[in-house]
Amino acid sequence: MNIRDKVAVIGAGCSKFGENYNKSAEDMIVEAALDAYTDARIDPSQIQAAWVGTLSSASAGNALADPLKLFNIPITRVENYCASGMDAFRNACMAVASGMYDVVLALGFEKLRDSGQRGLGTFGSHPVVGYGTTAPSLFAMAANRYFETYGIDKTALAKVAIKNHHNGTMSPKAHFRMEVSEDQVVNAPLICSPLGLLDCCPTTDGAAAVIICKEELARSFRPDPVKVKGVGLSVTSGEPYMKPSFAYTGFPATAQAAQSAYEQAGMTARDIDLVECHDCFTITEILNYEDLGLCEKGEGWRYVAEGRANIDGGAVPVNPSGGLKSFGHPIGATGIRMIYEVSQHLWEKAGDRQVKDAEVGLAHNLGGPGSVGCVTILANS
Amino acid sequence: MVGIVSYGSYIPSYRLPRDVIAKEWDAPSLGGERALASFDEDSLTLAMNASIDALGDRNPKEVAGIFFASTTSPYREKQAAATVATVLDTDKELRTMDFTDSLRAGTSALLTALDLAKAGELLLVCAGDARMGEPDTLQEQNYGDAGGALVIGSENVLAELVGSYTVSQEFLGTWRTEEQDYLKSFPGGFENKFGYNRFIAETVRGLLQKCHLEAKDIANAAIAAPSQKALRGALRGLGFDMQSQVQETFWNTVGDAGTAQPLVLLAAVLERAQPGDLILVAGYGDGGDAALFRVTDRIASFQVARSVYSQIEVKRTLQSYGKYARFRKLIRKDYATEDESTPVVLLRDQKQILPLYGGKCPACGVIQFPIHRICTECGHRDGLEEIKLSRRGTLFTFTNDYLTETPDPPTTHAVVDLEGGGRVFVQLTDCEAERVEIGMPLELTFRKYHEGYGIKNYFWKARPAE
Repeated sequence: MNIRDKVAVIGAGCSKFGENYNKSAEDMIVEAALDAYTDARIDPSQIQAAWVGTLSSASAGNALADPLKLFNIPITRVENYCASGMDAFRNACMAVASGMYDVVLALGFEKLRDSGQRGLGTFGSHPVVGYGTTAPSLFAMAANRYFETYGIDKTALAKVAIKNHHNGTMSPKAHFRMEVSEDQVVNAPLICSPLGLLDCCPTTDGAAAVIICKEELARSFRPDPVKVKGVGLSVTSGEPYMKPSFAYTGFPATAQAAQSAYEQAGMTARDIDLVECHDCFTITEILNYEDLGLCEKGEGWRYVAEGRANIDGGAVPVNPSGGLKSFGHPIGATGIRMIYEVSQHLWEKAGDRQVKDAEVGLAHNLGGPGSVGCVTILANS
Repeated sequence: MVGIVSYGSYIPSYRLPRDVIAKEWDAPSLGGERALASFDEDSLTLAMNASIDALGDRNPKEVAGIFFASTTSPYREKQAAATVATVLDTDKELRTMDFTDSLRAGTSALLTALDLAKAGELLLVCAGDARMGEPDTLQEQNYGDAGGALVIGSENVLAELVGSYTVSQEFLGTWRTEEQDYLKSFPGGFENKFGYNRFIAETVRGLLQKCHLEAKDIANAAIAAPSQKALRGALRGLGFDMQSQVQETFWNTVGDAGTAQPLVLLAAVLERAQPGDLILVAGYGDGGDAALFRVTDRIASFQVARSVYSQIEVKRTLQSYGKYARFRKLIRKDYATEDESTPVVLLRDQKQILPLYGGKCPACGVIQFPIHRICTECGHRDGLEEIKLSRRGTLFTFTNDYLTETPDPPTTHAVVDLEGGGRVFVQLTDCEAERVEIGMPLELTFRKYHEGYGIKNYFWKARPAE
């Protein structure tokens, strides 16, 4: 089955992202959902089912039922590492495409700042194997391998941070709205070598929501629905560092999810007008360019260095929102926030960061040590 | 003919200069430096890494007994020798025993093994100690940490046993009760005068008499000593020439390494021994032990994996008393994430964690770790063959992680491609962050990762290969 043109996004909402010490998860969920309801011009009673993506802030469908008072409808909690949000969206799309429901809600959120822990803490459930690994450590090992393979250094990574922070200054809901210089990025305190503080996305609170419906009904809600052209999900080994053949210069989960999405959409990377990708760390964005087919293998660092990833860079702009790097990364919210952002561009509502004449956008969410890739292609016709 | 078949030693890479300790307390410095077990080392890992070298390429299934000696055994109840045996991958049918609670335990384990070897058995004796002197005492400066190991048998010996001698005597000079965190020594010269000097002299003299030998016949003597000065005092009047006949105690570079000290000194003696040499080893504590060996021709062709002297040379100087205090939990830190563990998983994965077995796919031949049910490369699903992994390899990629909480930041995570196949993901240790580079040769070393669930969670780490 192909999902192309069977499902449409009719509304999208997003809470303010940031260190939301003054907001609870409930506050942010309500903020994002009401934003989406208004955008879709629906009444919550029209929602027939819902999916909620969160890594660790809740365990069940009640995460939505209670704050939104969405009682007596099916609500499913989805968890797939940092790709939980987009996988919640994907499950919602498939349910609508199956004909089971007409109008559903997909919402992602995460409340990280109520805990005092640094980053996401350490991973691993085994007493000793993989003990003490952290989220940045898993991507830093890719960076060192990429440096070794292509002979580049930290300054190449800094270009991603500079671009995304610049874009973030134009995103009112972004966690950070500040420019950074190459000097600041390269000399920031080391977190996991070679990644410094400004190579890492922040620890963010936030929520994002989208309303989707059966394509045939979409125009009864709004004249310009965004069509879902393809959704791909790929899961590869969650312990790539122990897989003898793993090259550590890219993430096959991204490439395979993208291939699936492109096939469903009947498109290639050349058809894409903008990309929101998973830049959890600067190195990840460079690998994403290559894995998503925006450039050749080994050329990712050039893609950003030459300005091609810029909003007006003459190629496919990447992360006009500011990305995870600047907009922030409330884990479960991120994948939905990407659908929100791409939709803003397709609706020409992205303000100063608007990508001109955007007709097709791609969103890419990545989870675990690059092991869960999710890619969605959206278009306004 | 029973005797020493092989030997090994282990000096941890960290050295704590005694000036650093003295400066902390505005106290006089004894000078020199002491070897210091890092936060991931304890008496068991010190003894373990010496044992790996001592056993070398010898088939571990031939070992009939393993004795572990320490006064700082990692568990109050729970044997360490069994851990050593499992890591070395011996047969299950062997005798394991811990010799503890006496400074003399190292030499007592050795004499016991020599007796058992007379029945034709091959035994491994190892000792490790990381004793704690109370902060702001001379003991804190005096003690050092090390491990030693000897393989004892009846064939192909490097040094043949000539005789042994033991004195047991009730004496309170240095002690530690169940309730005491630090060793206590009776102040002043009491212990040296009525304990150490007397027992060493009695034991060495007794051994020489029993063997109908005189001091002048001895080529080199490895005699445990709290300090070089104490050793001189004990041997006074026995007829030894301190310069040419007595192994120096490494007091200036290692310190008093407890039960492991006589084994380390004996290793140093063996490193330079000549065929025909008569060599002596002696230990002190609640009396004394001594044994005399005649070095055989085999010594000429024996290659020790890591000499004591080379390990003394290769060192990293710790200039921070605070770090030492953190390593030894004198200063505790509550980590944001509570370390977790479970003996259940440690048992289930024991063969992978301790003797380091991986799996080899019978279909595609790829060696992998851990042992998967289904091959990670080709999907073969009828099981992998267990294969013992090499402990040498090269660094494929890494990161120095400053986010992971550790007493000695950063934590270096390392993806290591092992010689002969297999890739392991382990921490790198004994290496400054700036020295780490892709492609560097590494060897695996047995370490303690953490103490989650109140247990010692041991596994392999990588360190720069010599």
